[in-house]
Amino acid sequence: MSTSTIEAKVKSIIADQLGVGEDEIKPESSFIEDLGADSLDIVELVMAMEEEFEVEIPDEEAENIKTVADATNYINTHKK
Amino acid sequence: MSQRRVVVTGTGLVSALGTGTEKNWQALIAGTSGIAQVTRFDVGKIDTRIAGEVKDFEPEKFIEKREVRRMDLYAQFSLAAAQMAVEESGLPVGPDKPHGYIPEKVGVIVGSGIGGISSLEEQHRKGLEKGFDRLSPFFIIQMIINMAPGLISMRYNCKGPNWAPVSACATSAHAIGEAWKSIRLGETDAVIAGGAEAAITPLGLGGFSVMKALSTRNDDPAGASRPFDKERDGFVMGEGAGILVLEEMEAAKKRGANILAEVVGYGANSDAYHVTQPAPEGEGAARCMLLALQSAGMNPEDVGYINAHGTSTPFNDANETKAIKAVFGDHARKVAVSSTKSMTGHMLGAAGGFEAVVSALALTRNLLPPTINQTSPDPDCDLDYVPNQAREARVDAVMSNSFGFGGTNAVLVFKRF
Repeated sequence: MSTSTIEAKVKSIIADQLGVGEDEIKPESSFIEDLGADSLDIVELVMAMEEEFEVEIPDEEAENIKTVADATNYINTHKK
Repeated sequence: MSQRRVVVTGTGLVSALGTGTEKNWQALIAGTSGIAQVTRFDVGKIDTRIAGEVKDFEPEKFIEKREVRRMDLYAQFSLAAAQMAVEESGLPVGPDKPHGYIPEKVGVIVGSGIGGISSLEEQHRKGLEKGFDRLSPFFIIQMIINMAPGLISMRYNCKGPNWAPVSACATSAHAIGEAWKSIRLGETDAVIAGGAEAAITPLGLGGFSVMKALSTRNDDPAGASRPFDKERDGFVMGEGAGILVLEEMEAAKKRGANILAEVVGYGANSDAYHVTQPAPEGEGAARCMLLALQSAGMNPEDVGYINAHGTSTPFNDANETKAIKAVFGDHARKVAVSSTKSMTGHMLGAAGGFEAVVSALALTRNLLPPTINQTSPDPDCDLDYVPNQAREARVDAVMSNSFGFGGTNAVLVFKRF
């Protein structure tokens, strides 16, 4: 899976769960500050990404995933 | 100090008859049934295949899309009905608004009999399939019953008492009665009160069905809810919400609010008898109606219309009739009694809120909604049930009855303003 495919899928998950347009989602967008997510949204996003990419994101790692790029990078490094 | 008085200034309804107070009222006056085949899920082998599902509800009209998916349907109904009620009332909350109420003195008391059961079913299914560590982080907030008043308070900045009564089919009558008490006591100046329900799910329908509580008139949905008729065979599940804005009278007058009716009486008690069956002769219901009349300082003769609990179960309707006769004596033959559940189905925890709005509208519109499906008179139900057709009548006070499983009773009295 290429980095751009991962990024597209991540954007699609975010758009679906946070109800924002995909064009509003930039790599540097912060889930909480830019996209209006709260702590429960983050939990749901992390779970959705785990399922989509078949990766495990431990809680202590999830805490460091703050932007779209953080998520894409984590998945890119850890996907099977 | 003279007693503070409480008035209704806004209403919101969602039911099988539609979304919106006026839409519901027009359907009620036309004698329309909202009952049809269940469409939301496959009923499988459940004996009852009919219900009063809300058909025209578009949550995005009331709630941001991203919020919708975080809420159970019952909470969506409650927010929609609250929005209608607040808009109709023009309820001003906050010092920045002309005549604005102090946020700390505005409460929300909105309950539900069952709460977020469709979310509970969905997440239980997910847990069994994927594991209980994969549940939605929104599950608990979807399921719990006080999320309805919580969400309403966040939207309208109501920082006063915020809670959800749970008393089965008496839930929202309790909500309105407790709101009335809160305003009278001076704890609050205004309260958004009522209830919401969305329990037409496999567990909800199946659960009531195996109790033999539901009508099985599957081939005649519109004729299935027939309170007080000899051929009645159980209630029909409904859903939706009924929410009112209540305000302290002097404050409402001062801000020029359009006052629809006054809440003047409330009775709450228990049968202390059986989990589902009403006490013989409707003893508990009768005591509750008397309590409500006493709190209103009224005589039975003052009441011109009773919006009955009238569920269409053999037990309730005969017992409620007996209770009305016990309380009203000779006047029982003169007072008009109707059950709008004949059209909406039984909205459970939302029923009392819906019917409180109907009671207020009966006073303002000088029209009494009918009990439809009256074709076979029952000798045990021999009052004037406003059969089949709405009636023009100017009444000065209306009683609204709500009785719930567990033997709980709540009765409200409204007066022309």
